[in-house]
Amino acid sequence: MAATAATMDGAFRAQAHATPAYNDDVVKAACIATAFWGCVGFLVGVVIASQLAWPVMNLGLEWTSFGRLRPLHTSAVIFAFGGNAMLAASFYIVQRTCRTGLFMGSAGAWFVFWGYQLFIVMAALGYVLGITSGKEYAEPEWFVDLWLTIVWVVYLVVYAGTLMKREEPHIYVANWFILAFIITVAMLHIGNNIQVPVSLFGWKSYTVPAGVQDAMIQWWYGHNAVGFFLTAGFLGMMYYFIPKAAGRPVYSYRLSIVHFWALVFLYIWAGPHHLHYTALPDWAQTLGMTFSIMLWMPSWGGMINGLMTLAGAWDKLRTDASLRFSVTAVAFYGMSTFEGPMMSIKAVNALSHYTDWTIGHVHSGAMGWVGFVSFGMLYYLVPKLWGRAGLYSAKLVAWHFWISTLGIVLYITAMWVSGIMQGLMWRAYDEYGFLQYAFVETVAAMHPFYVIRTLGGLLYLVGALIMVVNLVKTVTSGEPERAVAPAAAAA
Amino acid sequence: MPTKIEKDEITGTDTTGHEWDGIKELNTPLPKWWVWTFYATIVWSIGYFIAYPSWPTLSGHTTGVLGWTQRGEIAEKLAEAKAQRAPFVNRIEQAPLDEIRRTPDLLNFAMAGGRSVFAENCAPCHGAGGAGAKGYPNLADDSWLWGGKLEDIHTTIVHGIRNANAESRTSVMPRFGADGLLNARQIDDVAEYVLSLSRRATNADGAKRGEAVFVENCVACHQEGGVGSTEIGAPNLAANIWVYGGDKATIVETIRNSRAGAMPGWTGRLDDATIKMLAVYVHALGGGR
Repeated sequence: MAATAATMDGAFRAQAHATPAYNDDVVKAACIATAFWGCVGFLVGVVIASQLAWPVMNLGLEWTSFGRLRPLHTSAVIFAFGGNAMLAASFYIVQRTCRTGLFMGSAGAWFVFWGYQLFIVMAALGYVLGITSGKEYAEPEWFVDLWLTIVWVVYLVVYAGTLMKREEPHIYVANWFILAFIITVAMLHIGNNIQVPVSLFGWKSYTVPAGVQDAMIQWWYGHNAVGFFLTAGFLGMMYYFIPKAAGRPVYSYRLSIVHFWALVFLYIWAGPHHLHYTALPDWAQTLGMTFSIMLWMPSWGGMINGLMTLAGAWDKLRTDASLRFSVTAVAFYGMSTFEGPMMSIKAVNALSHYTDWTIGHVHSGAMGWVGFVSFGMLYYLVPKLWGRAGLYSAKLVAWHFWISTLGIVLYITAMWVSGIMQGLMWRAYDEYGFLQYAFVETVAAMHPFYVIRTLGGLLYLVGALIMVVNLVKTVTSGEPERAVAPAAAAA
Repeated sequence: MPTKIEKDEITGTDTTGHEWDGIKELNTPLPKWWVWTFYATIVWSIGYFIAYPSWPTLSGHTTGVLGWTQRGEIAEKLAEAKAQRAPFVNRIEQAPLDEIRRTPDLLNFAMAGGRSVFAENCAPCHGAGGAGAKGYPNLADDSWLWGGKLEDIHTTIVHGIRNANAESRTSVMPRFGADGLLNARQIDDVAEYVLSLSRRATNADGAKRGEAVFVENCVACHQEGGVGSTEIGAPNLAANIWVYGGDKATIVETIRNSRAGAMPGWTGRLDDATIKMLAVYVHALGGGR
């Protein structure tokens, strides 16, 4: 009897305390890549924002013109910054919550990491040289698409393989979201890039579907890049780092189940709201709009779970750098997932579509949600991965937080004012029924807001650079953790 | 790991008994307001499905009880706008240009329509308010290449200048330098003469020699004293108003290589009433004769 108890106790302890060999080197690399590509992406964003305010910033060169740098910016922030943040998060989280090392060890993960960086560089070079397929957020040409497909399938194998060899009986909610992200992005990427190269050794290709069908598939892809790359993936990130940093249990398991399934089921149908009042048939527009409206609460389920998890730990917002960013991120997430369904309503969209309001909406999500939740992860992970007692400077964190928050607020308010003004000017008629303003007059009216937007983006970039300094100092001169550093990357 | 349900002290809620890397979950029920708002959006969507075109069927799609289509709506709105303008537009189609200018309510309408159309179609070259730009004449002053009377302006808009339209206004200035008609010295002299017409000559002797060159080569079009001719679109060289610039270097360049500004004809792109309104508007910018 006593012997059995002792054995059980021993087994318990082994399960509770034994630290499996985690493959953390690749997580470290992905953290570095996240910070690096983030700064690159923000910098290009500031450049193209200034080009809109002052066209002379195009420099009169084809390689530096807005048309080429704009996809460079969007891909750098979404796929390079966001993608590497997701690589770091997914590889870190899946190991901890499955209590096991990565499937295929470090080799598979390293292939995914370097393969993904190669994809980024090939895509970026293509944009600058004018080699693109011209599909928004899917600009890389066919050979780059093929390469990404290989990398992504290996990513899925590593991730799903790790889930399958897990030592925990259940799969933690963060992993549902990350798995949904990996699978759906694979499906979207392949679906939207069914294309035929013009020649075997030429870069040019054309997609198989044409016309409105091509447009529909493009926005099925585009919207779900937001839904599954920038929402589901980063919700997975949030579901791990917020409860860890807060030291509190997740608010509601049931809510996490219901909102997960509702989110993945509804999001995939919402794409047509990008094509309101176009050649897209009315019925498809209706479905896109209504599924977007129904998506409101499923999206907010993640916000509720994120914020309510802080019950009893709100005071940590003052002291915990990671939590401060991720909780603010959740607030921006809540705001933009309300704004999104609202903008999908046709009557609202008739005003907002093609205006800067859309740009503002995207940036409250990208800068506020994706950016901040990733910064929160970096502030949590870097001291842990490099075995430091804490961050180099809490003061620099505060500077980063307030400068970047101010940057976001300037950015999105400038775009709200500019976008709504633009929409109202486009539809203004005089007493005889003639258009009140010429297009060029609306462009001139937007200039001051473009200047404010550039300033907002610049502040956001400065904040990120402060973070980089803080993280580098943490690694190079931070106090080592007192306890024995966790066994890292024995691969 | 065995399930181990605990009571969370802060919220008083049970956990689900699972744990991952120290993370537990509370077994909190779904928030009521969340569930009901979710249901409300679903009910609203179903209502919208019933009212509007929505679900695809084997042979088409449900059309909705309101019978709404976006093409129907745009047709309705365009018809509405057309009906609103019809009384004025009909009168403008019938009335001679001068009558439009003299009838206050027609003039108001034509000015409103002309301003709107000008801003979209003409301002890209001629500038906001017709202020002009290098190579594109100012339309707000009283200097005209092809005439500033209502009819002149109307003809210019209808047919354009130096384009494929058979009736477009056209005239050609020789390339005096490029084609070897004048030598560099002569060109310099005649440029001085042209400058002297607006009292800006820098070389009195050159201007004097240039006068002879001018009489021999330029007078046929630009007329005696360089006053120009709107019959053939020959600019007045004595008014110190310039399409391409009045500094000596630009004048030399013009004489050497000629200029041949072009403008599209707008008939076929804009309807008759709109072109009439445009003519009245441009005439009223300040320089109409």
